[in-house]
Amino acid sequence: MVGDILELAARYRDDGADELVFYDITASPEARSVDREWVRRVARGLDIPFCVAGGIRSVADAEAVLNAGAEKVSINSPALADPSLIDQLSARFGSQCVVVGIDSQTVPEGYRVFQYTGDPSRTRDSGRDTLQWVVEVQERGAGEIVLNCMASDGVRQGYDIEQLRAARPACHVPLVASGGAGSVGHFRDVFAQADVDAALAASVFHTGAIAVHDLKRELREAGIEVRPWR
Amino acid sequence: MSEVVIIDSGGANLASLQFALERLGARAAVSGDAARIAEAPRVILPGVGSARDAMERLRALGLAERLPRLEQPVLGICLGMQLLYRLSAEGSTPCLGILPGTVERLASQPGRPVPHMGWNQLELAVHDPLLEGVETGDYVYFVHSYAAPVSQAALATTRYGVEVTSVVRHGNFWGTQFHPERSGRTGAAILANFLRVS
Repeated sequence: MVGDILELAARYRDDGADELVFYDITASPEARSVDREWVRRVARGLDIPFCVAGGIRSVADAEAVLNAGAEKVSINSPALADPSLIDQLSARFGSQCVVVGIDSQTVPEGYRVFQYTGDPSRTRDSGRDTLQWVVEVQERGAGEIVLNCMASDGVRQGYDIEQLRAARPACHVPLVASGGAGSVGHFRDVFAQADVDAALAASVFHTGAIAVHDLKRELREAGIEVRPWR
Repeated sequence: MSEVVIIDSGGANLASLQFALERLGARAAVSGDAARIAEAPRVILPGVGSARDAMERLRALGLAERLPRLEQPVLGICLGMQLLYRLSAEGSTPCLGILPGTVERLASQPGRPVPHMGWNQLELAVHDPLLEGVETGDYVYFVHSYAAPVSQAALATTRYGVEVTSVVRHGNFWGTQFHPERSGRTGAAILANFLRVS
């Protein structure tokens, strides 16, 4: 399994990915920490930034992952359970290491943050308003926000431009769009229309539907600045 | 085999730097021992965290006075580069004073969030062995909230709303504001050059 991860990471790096995020989406509900040895092995081989998400519940958890060579940690459910974890992590490691992931869904009143989204049977409305949470996590020291729009996630019908546009004015740190990428046009639209700093995707790359270098070439042709892929 | 001592300046994440040097075939040890650092063929001053904490740590290790007197190649990375200057506005911290000037906080502007985090381009100002094979327009990976002003010592600059020093040199002291260990091929080339400079 670890071998597969390393191979995949190197392939994306060579294809022009700017950053990799390793999600252990089952970690939070099952209350187990990420295994750190694979982090070290990824860091040994990889020369672009990578972020580890999932299972980071304490300063000690984050420290182990960062010491193993990850650039950033991303926290989601544990930040909702104890928001002071964001303060603690940014005080200890600096806000540049602290990414807060937000799983958000449209409700009649606006947008709401959801918790434990890695396990459908435990997923629940946290009761927090997404835009207020975006503001609060920044005040607590988040250096980057990944806004995962759940209704779009996995269905490949495009990023939730409307929601990302709503979050943008509230977000003064890098905002990463997540959920919904299905075509090159979706990436182009989210950069052009929602003014996000980065776009994250998983399945379109894993299935080979879009190759990173093709995506970057097309984005560049559309006038969007990208780092070259070779 | 090239030997490098990475100064244990506190903070986490020395592993990625160590691994990057090992990928280039260098032997990289992490140490806070002043005598060992003084004898090392090459020294890297990394740094994450705040300028004040890092300077306190260097003082505690007896390095605040010794570092500026080193004669072997020294490379400061990120906060490590900022510490080479006289002063950091981060907590009004007196630093090593190898370079004149004050490191200032980056001003947040629309579309330019601080910290400046991500890939950005180099503009080469002066030819230098550290940047052999590196070209204007090459991308490197930045993570910083403070930056050094552009001066005569700048080997390369980067534009992020304002122009900042991204590579600097004063004699045997070099500094990069970005993380070469996370900057793909360009970063690897810079580290490989550092292992060759004398």
